[in-house]
Amino acid sequence: MSEAIEVCALPAERQPRLLRLLNALTVLALPLGLYVALVHAGTDTSQGDVQRLFYLHMPSFFGAALAFGGALLAGIGYLVKRETCYDSSAVAGVEVGLTLALVNLVSGSIWARPIWNTWWTWDPRLTSAAVMCLTYAAWLVLRNGIDNPQQRRRLASVYAILAYVTVILTLIIIRIRPDTIHPAVIGPSAVNAQGSFELAATPGVTTALLVNFPIWSLLLPLTLLWHRYRLQLRIEVLEQRKAQVLNAPLRAAKGAD
Amino acid sequence: MKARTDVLVDVQGLVKVQGRLPALRGVDLQLGRGAFVALLGPNGSGKSTLLRLLAGLARPDAGSIRIGGWQLPDELAAVRPHVGYVGHETLLYAHLGARENLRFCARLYALDEPEPRIDDMLRRVGLERRAQEPVRHFSRGMQQRLAIARALLIDPALLLLDEPFDGLDSEGREMLLHLLHSGRERSILMATHRHSLAEGLADRALFLRQGLVAGELSLADHVPGALAARQAELTESP
Amino acid sequence: MLRNFLRAALTIAGKDLRAELRSRELLGLMALFALLAILVFSFALELDRPGRQDAVNGVLWVTLLFASILGHNRSAALEREHGGFDALLLAPVARGAIFAGKLLANALFTLIIALLLLPLLTVLYNLPQFPPALLLIVPSGCLGLAAIGTLLAAITVQTRARDSLLPVLLLPVALPLLVTALRASNAALGNLPEAELQTWILLLLLVDLIYLAAGFLLFETVLES
Repeated sequence: MSEAIEVCALPAERQPRLLRLLNALTVLALPLGLYVALVHAGTDTSQGDVQRLFYLHMPSFFGAALAFGGALLAGIGYLVKRETCYDSSAVAGVEVGLTLALVNLVSGSIWARPIWNTWWTWDPRLTSAAVMCLTYAAWLVLRNGIDNPQQRRRLASVYAILAYVTVILTLIIIRIRPDTIHPAVIGPSAVNAQGSFELAATPGVTTALLVNFPIWSLLLPLTLLWHRYRLQLRIEVLEQRKAQVLNAPLRAAKGAD
Repeated sequence: MKARTDVLVDVQGLVKVQGRLPALRGVDLQLGRGAFVALLGPNGSGKSTLLRLLAGLARPDAGSIRIGGWQLPDELAAVRPHVGYVGHETLLYAHLGARENLRFCARLYALDEPEPRIDDMLRRVGLERRAQEPVRHFSRGMQQRLAIARALLIDPALLLLDEPFDGLDSEGREMLLHLLHSGRERSILMATHRHSLAEGLADRALFLRQGLVAGELSLADHVPGALAARQAELTESP
Repeated sequence: MLRNFLRAALTIAGKDLRAELRSRELLGLMALFALLAILVFSFALELDRPGRQDAVNGVLWVTLLFASILGHNRSAALEREHGGFDALLLAPVARGAIFAGKLLANALFTLIIALLLLPLLTVLYNLPQFPPALLLIVPSGCLGLAAIGTLLAAITVQTRARDSLLPVLLLPVALPLLVTALRASNAALGNLPEAELQTWILLLLLVDLIYLAAGFLLFETVLES
């Protein structure tokens, strides 16, 4: 055996064709989506322009749920296969998910200011969304708190599985806690939901949602995930080589005496 | 144990990555029934890692381990009752007494009629007078004695010892030497850096270096200083 | 098979109880903390009579949650002190039995604290009467807390920050348990419609079941090296 126990394969210098395609699509689609949301869609009759935030608010949550779901699957995959690349995907999933969840929280907060007359309220759904963010922030802290790489990957995988509980909770809490004021987009809203709107009431709303939903919940997360994954693989290989180089003089000296 | 052959432990191409570097880089090792092999090597050569893998406390990254015909880690459950392990840590509970610690171990291993055995073990490691005292009052050396008693209590067919003489005073050393010499025929693999002890006890020495078996030496002839000479020879060679 | 499993689990739980009996370290700490928490809550919330009745439910569960975190940390640290987890892993017992044993002891410790809190809160926070449904809800809550706490404490005890990390990891993941337990006992206290009591108890048991399944599935992975 040799020193060449690579943690994972270094990704190719040149990005794969599919990734380059995703890059191009994302770069084109983001401004297009924003144009449709901000200009093309009609102004909501009751809420005004602030309603346009919704086109990125709801889809970005699903993007976050997708990325966190990726971290969940990566966690399971790592525990089964024990290959570093699964752990790298988990890192990508959590970081991208956290970013999109923040987009979701911030856009929601800005929307809530005029509609609910407050930036933040301790509504069950808002609280569980915030808890979801904190859980994944805790995941990052946990991962940083373990020095041994294998131990870190193993324990982080376990927590990535557990953390998904909070994503599920955020998705279903609107149904099990009827006292939420957060409107449900799909299905009936809670009785005291405030600021809901009819999709059909304003022209262009459905189109704007149909355009933006796949961009924020699928295209952007996937592109970011892939890039972050490739970056993480490079970091792993770099750390590995660093360890080998740092260890090499020691061995050379030992061999010489 | 399963198939009756002369080889109890058969290790092939064992690889274990610890942190970012391989701690074991393809170790081959055979241990016969009743054999006593000393594992020698500098710090970080992989001795402890090898013992932990054999004890089933860590999973190998590559290679195979067979103990008594059983494949690790898949058939660990069958191997566990027959393996005793003394590691860097004592595996004792500080708030429990010496006897209680052994009794807990006996229950975990589902030993029949454990009390006479526990009495016997306590006597042999010289702790019978302090059997009721909580272990946290014990000195390092006494804890080490109890840790050894704990490993021997289950009468293992394979005994894995990681620097078992650490922390023992001269009296404790004598006691352990006596314990290892006597008793039924068991296979012992002992990691140590004390050549004198290895020469007196083992019938074979295995040198580990940088996660590989660098060489071995039969100690059957009891030539004093042979180990040191061989070790020097190994470190000089490229 | 099942007998061996139970015997091993009880042996491990018995070991923890015996050690606790000798040192009284864990329960003493938890009980003292719980008492202090009740006092601090009553000062901090500046409650009047009806206010106390409204707050008692939250005070009970938050106190129990933090007391159990304290207990789980200490229990995991004691186990790891001299490589105890290795001792358990070496033993020829079912891996699930190791989790079950630790869980059993931890659940019992949390339950003892809960049983200490209940009469105290009844008196100090002026509960009009003691609803019997709490005798089902509180143990179920303790079981769930112990399940997720035992698993997570085994993780955090292996980190650099050790015990300071457990609350951060536990609180968000324990939220479903907290929500269902709070609602169930709120319903039991008569603050919610009668019909909701059953629903929340069932949900609480469901959450327990999920945590238990997670613990049995993942505990071995957490301990191996």
